[in-house]
Amino acid sequence: MKVDLTVNGADVSADVEDRTLLVHFLRDVANLTATNIGCDTTSCGTCTVLLDGESVKSCTVLAAQAAGRGVTTLEGLAGGPGMHPVQRAFQEQHGLQCGFCTPGMVLAIVSLLKENPHPTEEQVRQGLEGNLCRCTGYHNIVRAALAAASIQVAD
Amino acid sequence: MIPPAFAYHRAGTVEEALSLAESLGEDAKFLAGGHSLLPLMKLRLAAPEALIDLTWIRELSYIEDKGDHIAIGALTRHHDVATSDLLAREVPLLAHAAGHVGDPQIRHRGTIGGSVAHADPASDLPAVLLALDAAFAARGGDGSREVAAADFFQSLFETVLEPGELLTEIRVPKPGAGHWGFQKFTQRAIDWAIVGVAVQGHNVALVNMGSTPLRATAVERALSAGASPDEAAALAAEGTSAPSDIRASTAYREHLARVLTRRALI
Repeated sequence: MKVDLTVNGADVSADVEDRTLLVHFLRDVANLTATNIGCDTTSCGTCTVLLDGESVKSCTVLAAQAAGRGVTTLEGLAGGPGMHPVQRAFQEQHGLQCGFCTPGMVLAIVSLLKENPHPTEEQVRQGLEGNLCRCTGYHNIVRAALAAASIQVAD
Repeated sequence: MIPPAFAYHRAGTVEEALSLAESLGEDAKFLAGGHSLLPLMKLRLAAPEALIDLTWIRELSYIEDKGDHIAIGALTRHHDVATSDLLAREVPLLAHAAGHVGDPQIRHRGTIGGSVAHADPASDLPAVLLALDAAFAARGGDGSREVAAADFFQSLFETVLEPGELLTEIRVPKPGAGHWGFQKFTQRAIDWAIVGVAVQGHNVALVNMGSTPLRATAVERALSAGASPDEAAALAAEGTSAPSDIRASTAYREHLARVLTRRALI
């Protein structure tokens, strides 16, 4: 079937199998490979992208279900040169080690801060329940989320 | 992992969904948020030949005050249930429990109707709606009907819905002011409950203590007879048939049911 998506503001259109998952559409059709595939079972959150601004796990959404809607991947987050405040906060707070979970973490935090611009540490930890990291022990990721909230206020 | 091949169909209205279901027959399945069905398909535990995507039916996403009850469209997402001011005020148990389904990403996709129709006894919302004495409205080729939550769940993943019949609305009577509680025990935050308990007044329902969500009738009878929460909660495993699996034995689930029921009652 023909699927038309808006990915990072650009129209992407392709004939794909009906069963194509959003994550495969993004990686294999749109050639945007920042979105990683981790568990493939809706558990780890590594494939998190924004669908109309809200975090979703792209391994459990059909590309066809995102048709006509706006998808944001890490590549499109900053919307230009330079980094998005959440990316900057990850750099400053050392919120990553191997980096595999980072695209999903960053987009989950963008969605979280959109819904709750001033979260407590507890709310950040709950808001990241759907994202696993096997390196950092989460502390610096949580710090990055809190720092990003304060950067966004400052901006 | 990729699901087995299927033909994708999009329904924009309830009528379209019903007519697609009729023409495609029993090899088609309705797809709502997809967070139960797509994982099952990836594991080849389900292989429908066609999916009818309901997520484009805007008319089935709403939360409305109907006076004596709240009407919730079947395609209302967990996120919208969890953040509804109306539900927080009128049915706080449901808003609270919806905010504990899965994780934020899952709540952005998963729907209340999908959770009810999938009828996984380990899911939170079927038991919560059972404790709330909710009713479910469905539409099929033969018209509409309403089924009480107590009569809806038949067995593991099995409800009274006929093939091609579509769950359209969840009706929750306003419980009024009164004690409510929700407890769920998981190994990891995003896991299904090993055991869960929903309490509304003297109504007590259990998650994952049998092949369907169950009312803890012995606890309810004891509470109505004036028993203390401690005394009543001791009866929480009576009449249950909890599974034994990789996560927990039957005996451990029975223990959890008693502990969590006491916590939910106080």
